[in-house]
Amino acid sequence: MELYQELTKDIRFVEGLKSCMSCGVCTAICPAAEFYDYDPRLIANIVQSKDNDRIKELLKSETIWYCGECMSCKTRCPRGNTPGLIIMALRSLSQELGYFVESEKGRQQLAIKRVIGENIVNRGYCVLPESLIPELHPEQGPVGEWIFENTNEVFARVGANYNGDGPGPLRKIPQESIDEIQKIFEVTGGFERFGKIEHFSKLKAEEMGFFEDGNNYSEYVNHIFTTDNGKHNRQ
Amino acid sequence: MKLEGKRNIWKDYQKEIANDNYFYVRSCIRQNFFPGSEQTFLKILRTELNKDVYENPNHTTCSGIGYHSDVVPFETLQTIVARQFALMTEAGYKNLAVSCITSFGIYNEVIETWKEFPKELEKIRAFLKKATGREFEVPENVAHASDIIYKFREDIFAKSKLALVNKNTGKPLRIVEHIGCHYSKMFPSKGVGGAEFPHVLVGMIESWGGEVIDYPERRHCCGFGFRQYLVMSNRGYSVSNSRKKFESMEPYKPDAILCNCPGCPMFLDRWQYVIEEMEGKTYGENGHGIPVLTYEELAGLVLGYNPWDMGIQMHQTNVEPLLDKMGVCYDPKLKYAGKNGKLIGNPAMTGYTCE
Repeated sequence: MELYQELTKDIRFVEGLKSCMSCGVCTAICPAAEFYDYDPRLIANIVQSKDNDRIKELLKSETIWYCGECMSCKTRCPRGNTPGLIIMALRSLSQELGYFVESEKGRQQLAIKRVIGENIVNRGYCVLPESLIPELHPEQGPVGEWIFENTNEVFARVGANYNGDGPGPLRKIPQESIDEIQKIFEVTGGFERFGKIEHFSKLKAEEMGFFEDGNNYSEYVNHIFTTDNGKHNRQ
Repeated sequence: MKLEGKRNIWKDYQKEIANDNYFYVRSCIRQNFFPGSEQTFLKILRTELNKDVYENPNHTTCSGIGYHSDVVPFETLQTIVARQFALMTEAGYKNLAVSCITSFGIYNEVIETWKEFPKELEKIRAFLKKATGREFEVPENVAHASDIIYKFREDIFAKSKLALVNKNTGKPLRIVEHIGCHYSKMFPSKGVGGAEFPHVLVGMIESWGGEVIDYPERRHCCGFGFRQYLVMSNRGYSVSNSRKKFESMEPYKPDAILCNCPGCPMFLDRWQYVIEEMEGKTYGENGHGIPVLTYEELAGLVLGYNPWDMGIQMHQTNVEPLLDKMGVCYDPKLKYAGKNGKLIGNPAMTGYTCE
């Protein structure tokens, strides 16, 4: 498979890479490049080379998962490139081909799919108060814990309609609308993406010594959600 | 320079914001962390400004957080967006009012994609028809909710009870503003002031009597980074970027941080708590944190609304230092009450950012 040709099928790639002159302004402005061992200029260089082996290596690497998609690079590139869009195309292809499980950061896609993805198709929201479990979100602090323990009262106090019928913040999305969202996922390839993330993740989990634990590989999910090998950051 | 020439230059930095009849789409993050802000926005538009705002309960997430954490394909995102547009079309509205910066960026990205790649629009129309039987028109006007508050900022001030003035010194309150990356970094022409001179929050602060404080990392990302926060082991990225901003703004002694995006105030609020827990470091006056506000909350305070009605108790970093400077009347005993004053217990607070 010619990977560069595959990338050009993604219109975000077409929009994101016009002609990079390797000036490095994107790297200078990039919040990820300051934190991780990451250089968006090199990403543009590699894909622009059209070298199949280098692109394949990139698709299996940690590197493509460091970007925060803030798109600060879009504003600053003097040639109108957007490395953030190139990254989005690379991540899509990496998941399509199952290469994402070859990196610690890539493997995290399963945890994101299990929480954000499932919330979207089952509840019609990306985020829900019940997802903000204090043990998993210590940064939410004592107020976050108080909200978690008193969800109905706190949300009612400020005029939200938590799990209620009709309009309002955090209303229950009607089932017919959930059905439509699920149908959209079915027709547009959303469920196919979810299926690939699950499929390749389970293969990798077993290769790493994690097995079905009666809770859909929950130990593996916990592992990918919390593990950091300490080698990602700029030294 | 002739006035006409000057006006032509600045035309590129201005945007048209619809005057009335808005179809409102909510934000996942704002509904979870600042639900009172969305209600405050609707109250201001409907009762203070007499505007027509319609919310269809069948609208859903735009799926933007899933898209930007790369589990949702672009075609799926576009079709979900098309469904929102179909609901708007069916209700007879043409002006979209968006509560979320991520969504605002996505609506603009999708519309611009369809302009540049018309076949993509045809494909998405077919997807939506097949999945839901619905059809849609592209909105005539897309405004972030803050654009609308900006447009009517003088009308709001005309009804104000308080100004952004320190009641003890009589001087303007010193406020730093944070626009949120996806407001105008991707599509500069879609934001008030573009990417170079974003004016949406500046206009509010100045019109309401405050002083905007510049600082070196003013345009740096808050650190959300989607997957960089969603996954526990990545959150060092998020807190490090917020910390970079706090360190940069600290010497300028801001009275408050004002935010445009729903996610940014959550991060700039929560990470102050975390940094105090981790390092014992605080960035505000007298060992306190710097209060962080949404623009809806700031507008509500100016209009004299009860801070607890707006959900300011849902912040981790206390906002009381700012309320006291503004002269806001509030009952501390009712801060953590439930509905109708029901006592439900207080958070187990620690540290100065919370005191």
